[in-house]
Amino acid sequence: MNAVDLHRRLERNSGWLIFGILFVSAIGGLVQVLPSVLDDSLATPAADAKPYGPVELTGRDIYIRESCGVCHSQQVRPLLAEVRRYGPFSKAGEFAFDRPFLWGSKRTGPDLHRIGGRYSDVWHRLHLLDPRAVVPDSIMPAYPWLGERAADAEGAIQAKMRALRRLGHPYTDAEIDAAPAALEGLTEVDALVAYLQGLGTPGGDAR
Amino acid sequence: MAAGERYHDRVAGWLTGFAVLWSLLGMTAGVYIAAELVWPTIDFGQEWLSYGRLRNLHTNAVIFGFGVSALMATAFYSVQRTCHAPLFAPGLAWFVAIAWQAGVLAGGVSLLAGWNGGKEYAELEWPFDIAIAVVWVCFAVVFFGTIARRRIQPIYVSNWFYGALIIVIAMLHIVNSLAIPVTWSKSYSLFAGAQDAVVQWWYGHNAVGFLLTGGFLGMLYYFLPKHADRPIWSYRLSIVAFWAFTYSYIWAGPHHLHYNAVPEWVQSLGMVMSLVLLAPSWATMVNGVMTVAGAWEKLRTDPALKFIVLSLAFYGLATFEGPMMSIKSVNVVSHFTDWTVGHVHSGALGWNALITFGTFYFLVPRLVGAELYSTRLANWHFWLALAGVMLYVLAMWGAGVSQGLLWLSLDEIGELSFSFKDIMASMAPYYALRLVAGVVFLSGAALMAINLWMTVQGRAVVRVAPPPVAEGAV
Repeated sequence: MNAVDLHRRLERNSGWLIFGILFVSAIGGLVQVLPSVLDDSLATPAADAKPYGPVELTGRDIYIRESCGVCHSQQVRPLLAEVRRYGPFSKAGEFAFDRPFLWGSKRTGPDLHRIGGRYSDVWHRLHLLDPRAVVPDSIMPAYPWLGERAADAEGAIQAKMRALRRLGHPYTDAEIDAAPAALEGLTEVDALVAYLQGLGTPGGDAR
Repeated sequence: MAAGERYHDRVAGWLTGFAVLWSLLGMTAGVYIAAELVWPTIDFGQEWLSYGRLRNLHTNAVIFGFGVSALMATAFYSVQRTCHAPLFAPGLAWFVAIAWQAGVLAGGVSLLAGWNGGKEYAELEWPFDIAIAVVWVCFAVVFFGTIARRRIQPIYVSNWFYGALIIVIAMLHIVNSLAIPVTWSKSYSLFAGAQDAVVQWWYGHNAVGFLLTGGFLGMLYYFLPKHADRPIWSYRLSIVAFWAFTYSYIWAGPHHLHYNAVPEWVQSLGMVMSLVLLAPSWATMVNGVMTVAGAWEKLRTDPALKFIVLSLAFYGLATFEGPMMSIKSVNVVSHFTDWTVGHVHSGALGWNALITFGTFYFLVPRLVGAELYSTRLANWHFWLALAGVMLYVLAMWGAGVSQGLLWLSLDEIGELSFSFKDIMASMAPYYALRLVAGVVFLSGAALMAINLWMTVQGRAVVRVAPPPVAEGAV
């Protein structure tokens, strides 16, 4: 049967057409995407990587909520200029606890993967609440509401940590029990600053 | 055929109306965030007006509101005519139409409230992901059910593209949305880090591929020959191009991850297949242009055909630019810059929006049985749309290429030539020009909305019933 006859059969039978489309479009995913999903080396945490603590995790979810990632990447490419500007290039193992990943596709503002420890907590707080107070030319939005709200008003931190534990993040019962206390009295901006200060410095405090 | 059987066109008409509304809302959100990059304080400290929230509303409203509603409308309209059969389960078709609008509306509100899964172009949280999957399966039942009861044996080419849209988007959406829910508004992705990145761009790139490219090619293959009143130039070329497109598009995602922390072979394979993709993309463009050839004189009198021909030109431009940007040495400059934004908009405005506008100018008068209210207004819209998209693309090329080169620029002793802050500040004129471009394009779309509304109002004069189902061949 030549190709024209084969196609004549396909285009006259909706079942075969559906199967044909599914089969042909699945090949790329099976050959190219599935191996990456099964490749343990991509999911193995770097030697000094730890799951986010309750404060950093809360901060990260605020970063996601405000879509910081549409203007800030978290991916330093292995190029001389990028390494000069931002620091060591990014490696897969540094993101093993990132659900979802936040590498981004656009730098309206600078990359943030190595932002941890570059500025003081006070600078970050001022900058998030009113960017133009510290960077006059900045076009970043101000986030005044972050300073007014409790970091975990929903009280969801333990549920979050348990969900992540089911996905393999090694939180202990003691860590989950202690999580609400760690967030006690903190505002959203405190949590976000803690997350930013931990970025690119696995294991926490590099200041 | 039962005597007096008629096509179900009302559902297509309502979907067309919703698509027009979403285009205005989505583009208004786009213009507003473009303005926020010029005047960053115009969010007035309101969360829901903040750039990050409105940006997600913009992309969701234009892709899933405007784009998908237009695809559903034209799929329902054309599948009946190419199959010589009325819609299968018309009640279900109404459910699909209404549930989709409700979902995008509620989803849009949830995005403004800060619900966000965190994946680009898949921001909606898990309750919406499940709802989307359910509505999408119903869409598939109506569409393939209609094909199954067709009275013409061969399935026409436009239906392969609409079919691929339905099947592949279902596959991508379900896999990429896999997550563990924590609360109603929060879930964590089943995939983490680098693996999540590979899955996400398999989804993200092919949402562009099978929705914004493939779905709209279905629209092209039905409405262009109808419009030009000529058959497809080469049916055989359309077959080859369809299968080559369906096979190769799915591999191209990793060009979004060049020099990122994913395996080198994945990046390189993604680049090679992106280059391969140029062949089926341009084969389709040639097929479209050759179909119009010989009907050029219609361009002088028919604004709707002008839109469709111009959209083919932008389709050709965007499908050439994409493979070029996937070459790693070009991508080094373009990645993370406004060049990407320009590329997306040359496709989204130049190709998707223009072909949809052209199709609506053709479709709405036929749906309501009245002449188009004003050809002059449609011509004005054409020139505003062309000016808007050209200005937009030029502004973003200028911004993107200069950003990319300035970021990489080193002086003679290997130190960075420019600070990030100074480069960012130099973007101001480009961002201002982009805002102007957006306003121009949006005002054209507003003229269309008025024109189509007046056309619908005029229907009372020469009201016609929906056409009876054509007598089946074979």
